[in-house]
Amino acid sequence: MMNAIEAHDIRKVYQMGEVEVEALRGVSFTIKHGEVIAIMGPSGSGKSTLMNMLGCLDRPSSGEYILDSEPVASLTDDQLADIRNRKVGFVFQSFNLLSRQTAITNVELPLRYSGDSNGGRRERAIEALKAVGLEDRMTHRPTELSGGQQQRVAIARAIVNNPAIIMADEPTGNLDSKVGKEIMSLLLTLNKERGTTLIIVTHDPIVAEQTQRAIRLRDGLLESVS
Amino acid sequence: MTIGQAFLEALESLSGNKLRSGLTVLGIVIGVAAVIAMLAVGKGAQESITSSINSIGTNLLVVFPGGKGQDRFRPLTMRDADALGDQLAAPSIEAVAPTLEIGGEVTFGGQQTSSPLIGVTPAYFQVRNVNLAEGEFITEEHLLGRASVVLLGPEVAETLFGHTDGITGETVRIDGQPFRVIGVLESKGGGEFGSEDNQMIVPLTTAKARLFGPKSGQSGDRVDAIYVQAAGADLVSQAIEEIAQILRTRHRITDETDDFTIFTQQDLLTEAETITNVLTIFLGGIAGISLLVGGIGIMNIMLVSVTERTHEIGLRKAIGARKRDILTQFLTESSLLSLIGGMIGILFGWLISLIVGQIAAANNAPFTPVVGLDAIMLATIFSAAIGLFFGIYPANRAASLEPVEALRYE
Repeated sequence: MMNAIEAHDIRKVYQMGEVEVEALRGVSFTIKHGEVIAIMGPSGSGKSTLMNMLGCLDRPSSGEYILDSEPVASLTDDQLADIRNRKVGFVFQSFNLLSRQTAITNVELPLRYSGDSNGGRRERAIEALKAVGLEDRMTHRPTELSGGQQQRVAIARAIVNNPAIIMADEPTGNLDSKVGKEIMSLLLTLNKERGTTLIIVTHDPIVAEQTQRAIRLRDGLLESVS
Repeated sequence: MTIGQAFLEALESLSGNKLRSGLTVLGIVIGVAAVIAMLAVGKGAQESITSSINSIGTNLLVVFPGGKGQDRFRPLTMRDADALGDQLAAPSIEAVAPTLEIGGEVTFGGQQTSSPLIGVTPAYFQVRNVNLAEGEFITEEHLLGRASVVLLGPEVAETLFGHTDGITGETVRIDGQPFRVIGVLESKGGGEFGSEDNQMIVPLTTAKARLFGPKSGQSGDRVDAIYVQAAGADLVSQAIEEIAQILRTRHRITDETDDFTIFTQQDLLTEAETITNVLTIFLGGIAGISLLVGGIGIMNIMLVSVTERTHEIGLRKAIGARKRDILTQFLTESSLLSLIGGMIGILFGWLISLIVGQIAAANNAPFTPVVGLDAIMLATIFSAAIGLFFGIYPANRAASLEPVEALRYE
């Protein structure tokens, strides 16, 4: 089986005015298809930077990164956008839904950018909403939904394009523990049913316990890979 | 993303902030309305001037004294006019009407007004295409007898009598001398070269003997202008040749510095068109400035909107929006704003021109603003272009945002 993610010696240097800050100082690891992985580490450890790299939101300064057998380190902005659209589904801590749009429109959004024809878009969005158990809330706006429901809409949006990986950045951070558990179990269920690789960036040891492996970062270096 | 989708999404986004969108649109509405109204006024002026020049008659020529060589000014005389009337020397000339023009004080009862006074020969009515509302024209007998008779313009009649009919036979005093009213001119409406409704017409000989002579201090044969009717519209240039020929011979001009000037209706038209075009450009330009201000308003609001929605842009980029998608989204919004503004503006501008036309009609001015299709096209294209142009910078700013930075922005 191919690897979902291969990272070789990834470095990221930010120019902060006069000073160069090395957020990642050579990180290498691989993640197999269908794995559930937690990325952990204290703030300032390069966790967010690594997530941005893995999610193709940003390019490494050097090193090689292969996502779903496509090398992405040297792609253009538009090519990266295309990769994000087809291969990555994002779940954010603060849900990041468009507040004026209904749940189904929010879920459809990635499909709008994938250049598909209109046909089947709505069906796929409905299917994704069903998968997260929100088929009776499709025409509600985010303000009319609870936090857990909003995160479910966000998860539906993340899976609507059948991505290779789901990047979840503190997906339970804004939810109480009971709802957080539900969201975690939903993510794990989706991983099991669809085989989607799940990468969770988290502080929460309870969340990390539910993953198969954990990548721990400290000062821009891998501390441990379990 | 298709155009239709982008359009719907933009509409949705704009209606999310109705007051702000409305105020932004208002800037364009005012700009476009101003442009449409001003162009309509300009065009209306042009058409009304053109038609009033056309009503003079295409065969009309006017000879004025004075040419380019100012040092050799020599007045035109009755004998010049007689010479132009010579059928053998000037076969292309149908009729010749010399005139003297000066102002006069006219009184009737307690009413008094001053208005232009012209001395004419009977040919004048044919040449200038003058019609009467009542009474009769000045005849050869009036001319020979230096009769104290006068034709009143309808405005003069209105001022003196309070009405314009049944005045024939009354006696008015012009500069203290009694004149019998023999008719009233038909109302032509205010022309651009002084209202013809506000004039009085007397026989040329009477004017010279009783009114002009003592007043102007000039004697003899002098006339102010000679109106010439060419025998046909196609004979105008020939008539010009003949007039020039005759006058040069009579004035003993050997070089090219004529001491007279011949105007044709075509000259007047060209002149008037130049003037009204300048007027239209001037008005349109001023209105254009307000359109520009409206455009800057759009840019301003779009910039605010981009800043406000940085996070949203970041999210859209994270889930796969390309630079072009974001660009399209914001450009569609700004174009939509200005297009809506443009459409409402056209409606408003049309309404304004309608009102201006009504006001003009209420004041008896023969002036109808014309909202041309070209003005509408211009306004539509221009307003859409303004939306695009002033939207490019904000949209580009939005599209160039780094997804990571934009997502972090709160």
